[in-house]
Amino acid sequence: MKHLLSTQDLSLSNAIRILDTAEEMSAVGEREVKKLPALRGRTVVNLFFEDSTRTRISFEAAAKRLSADVINFAAKGSSVSKGESLKDTAQTLSAMGADAVVIRHWASGAPHRLAATDWIDAGVINAGDGTHEHPTQALLDAFTMRRHWARLAGTPSEGTDLKGLRVAIVGDVLHSRVARSNVWLLRTLGAEVTLVAPPTLLPVGVEQWPCSVSYDLDQTLANGVDAVMMLRVQGERMNASFFPSTREYSRRWGFDDNRLRALDDLGMTDTIIMHPGPMNRGLEISAAAADSPRSTVLAQVRNGVSVRMAALYLLLSGDSREPAATRAPAYTAPPIKESI
Amino acid sequence: MTTTGTYLIKGASILGGEASDVLVRDGIIAEIGHGLADGGATVIDATGLVALPGMVDVHTHLREPGREDAETVETGTRAAALGGYTAVHAMANSTPVADTAGVVEQVYTLGRAAGWVDVRPVGAVTVGLAGEQLAELGAMADSRARVRMFSDDGICVHDPVLMRRALEYVKAFDGVVAQHAQEPRLTAGAQMNEGDVSAVLGLTGWPAVAEESIIARDVLLAQHVGSRLHVCHVSTAGSVEIIRWAKERGIDVTAEVTPHHLLLTDDLVRSYDPVFKVNPPLRTDADVQALRAGLADGTIDVVGTDHAPHPSEHKECEWAQAAMGMTGLETALSVVQHAMIETGLMTWADFARVTSTAAAKIGRLTDQGRPIEAGEPANLILVDPAARWTVDPFKMATMGRNSPFKGRELPGKVVATFFKGHPTVLDGALNTPHPEAAATPSGAA
Repeated sequence: MKHLLSTQDLSLSNAIRILDTAEEMSAVGEREVKKLPALRGRTVVNLFFEDSTRTRISFEAAAKRLSADVINFAAKGSSVSKGESLKDTAQTLSAMGADAVVIRHWASGAPHRLAATDWIDAGVINAGDGTHEHPTQALLDAFTMRRHWARLAGTPSEGTDLKGLRVAIVGDVLHSRVARSNVWLLRTLGAEVTLVAPPTLLPVGVEQWPCSVSYDLDQTLANGVDAVMMLRVQGERMNASFFPSTREYSRRWGFDDNRLRALDDLGMTDTIIMHPGPMNRGLEISAAAADSPRSTVLAQVRNGVSVRMAALYLLLSGDSREPAATRAPAYTAPPIKESI
Repeated sequence: MTTTGTYLIKGASILGGEASDVLVRDGIIAEIGHGLADGGATVIDATGLVALPGMVDVHTHLREPGREDAETVETGTRAAALGGYTAVHAMANSTPVADTAGVVEQVYTLGRAAGWVDVRPVGAVTVGLAGEQLAELGAMADSRARVRMFSDDGICVHDPVLMRRALEYVKAFDGVVAQHAQEPRLTAGAQMNEGDVSAVLGLTGWPAVAEESIIARDVLLAQHVGSRLHVCHVSTAGSVEIIRWAKERGIDVTAEVTPHHLLLTDDLVRSYDPVFKVNPPLRTDADVQALRAGLADGTIDVVGTDHAPHPSEHKECEWAQAAMGMTGLETALSVVQHAMIETGLMTWADFARVTSTAAAKIGRLTDQGRPIEAGEPANLILVDPAARWTVDPFKMATMGRNSPFKGRELPGKVVATFFKGHPTVLDGALNTPHPEAAATPSGAA
């Protein structure tokens, strides 16, 4: 892997390799000294054209745990106030010797431009581009789901996929890079995905996606679901008539206390509730749901560091080498379980 | 009249038909026949070449005045001559906007001084393209530029009352309103065709309905007030259907399609390379097929390039930041040959209709788009249909390097262009401008 730009073009074997490597990396986080020398002397630039403290510090923690040097470059620009061009910024970073660029950008496709042009030779990790993709978020979500799924099956999660897992992704799919990356990756891993949203917040063309679509959250829950992923709703959508009011949205598509009880009533004791954060409590998710034992919100944050360590490690040290100080070898040809 | 010399074109296939000799003398086709004597004329061996009327572009952005870093009248018309054009309509979205007699006369004069093709300025419909108040259409029509086509191209005249008034008003001088059909509210922030590809790429969609709803409205307005409407760069299958319906009802509407919409689809956007960013956007293969069928059956009257050069920094950036537009003058003939002739949908005679005859009629150009016959003005081109070439934007005469056909092998090459009897292009390379140009100081008529 030279770059990590999207989950759409991520093969099953590479997806499993990243997830398995992340399992190894997570062991590091449980040690007293949370550090590996694997990327000593390598420079990772966090190039953020859009504010995202959570994602930036997750990548920063990941790079530092691998002993890389980290440069944070907050090139906050907007389509209105045009500053230095992406090309000039990229060439500047190249001249400074960046080995990997973690880029967050408000424009869909900006990471692809970095990777496709000769502006910079570094590996590129997409840390969220516009309304396109957010591959490390989908990988950390898959990592979280895989641990849950393997625990239910009573097996270690290494090498496994998500065959048979029923996932509902609920909310503003139209503007969500998280939803897009999840749909492709979950499909690759064998999960069954249902998108649940108001019709206004689904893209034209969604009918071609490898998933089902529903406008009815209660029906989707009643049909049986193993993981419910709630997407953040931006308040400004209301002003653009995507839905009549936040209260109506919340009633129809929010994970509220009634729906939390419904999971119990339906006997779905093992169903988890996920959210990529930051949450709008009381809008797309109720406080009780966010704080319930079903919630994996904090596990997702924790797993995010492991997954990003894995991505940085695989990009910068090649697929074949082992992480320097972990006991288990990195998988080169992981066995994939046929059924769980 | 300025003397332009005598040329004997030997053995050219007229409109792809019978091979004949064509004698060009002092701006006029003097004689057509077999075995014409050279009589001291410069002889051009046209064996294997097709003779066609000089192409007329109804839709060119020459960028001058205002964006001379993107293109000038001089460079744009050199590109036009090389592409086989003898006339271009220069769109009004310059800086300042061509919304007064002064600006259209300036562009007209620059064109005369350059001497490569007829430059026919298009006047803006509304002051500053702002869509609020009619520009002085009559003054532009009466100016030396004799403007007949009016357009806010780049921006839709979306106010239905203003569009109605414009359509009515231009009847006074046999003008035409060329509409950029784009409902603005349905396309706020639009980046590409709305459909399967935009859903995956996370780019804001430009739905077909935003074009089709405006065309539907405008053909009804044109019918209601009995005026003439031209639809710029039609890009969707639905638009073709609406225009076909309108023509069946006898509505006086003409339509244009760009070469790029005849060949390229929105799948190319998957690269996020802004060279494929254009307005209206590249559509689907079903749209491409419908546009080809519409051009072949006459629903779409003409090919217009929408030649839109941009400086490199406006394309070497993120997709959302990039300017919309593609160059087209030097690839139009080849793309149309590839998409329409080599597919068997059209003949060279049809090609002459959609690139010259019909286009001249829309712009009311009396000396262009004429038959290749004795006594007619000598605006004609010689094309080698067997030639193959690979598109290299850095070898073009246009200043724009934003060709979406970069690296593609295309058929057909313009070998010679005769503009009012003078060869502006010979042996596939620029020759000299028309001698009248030397007598036209820029800044004067």
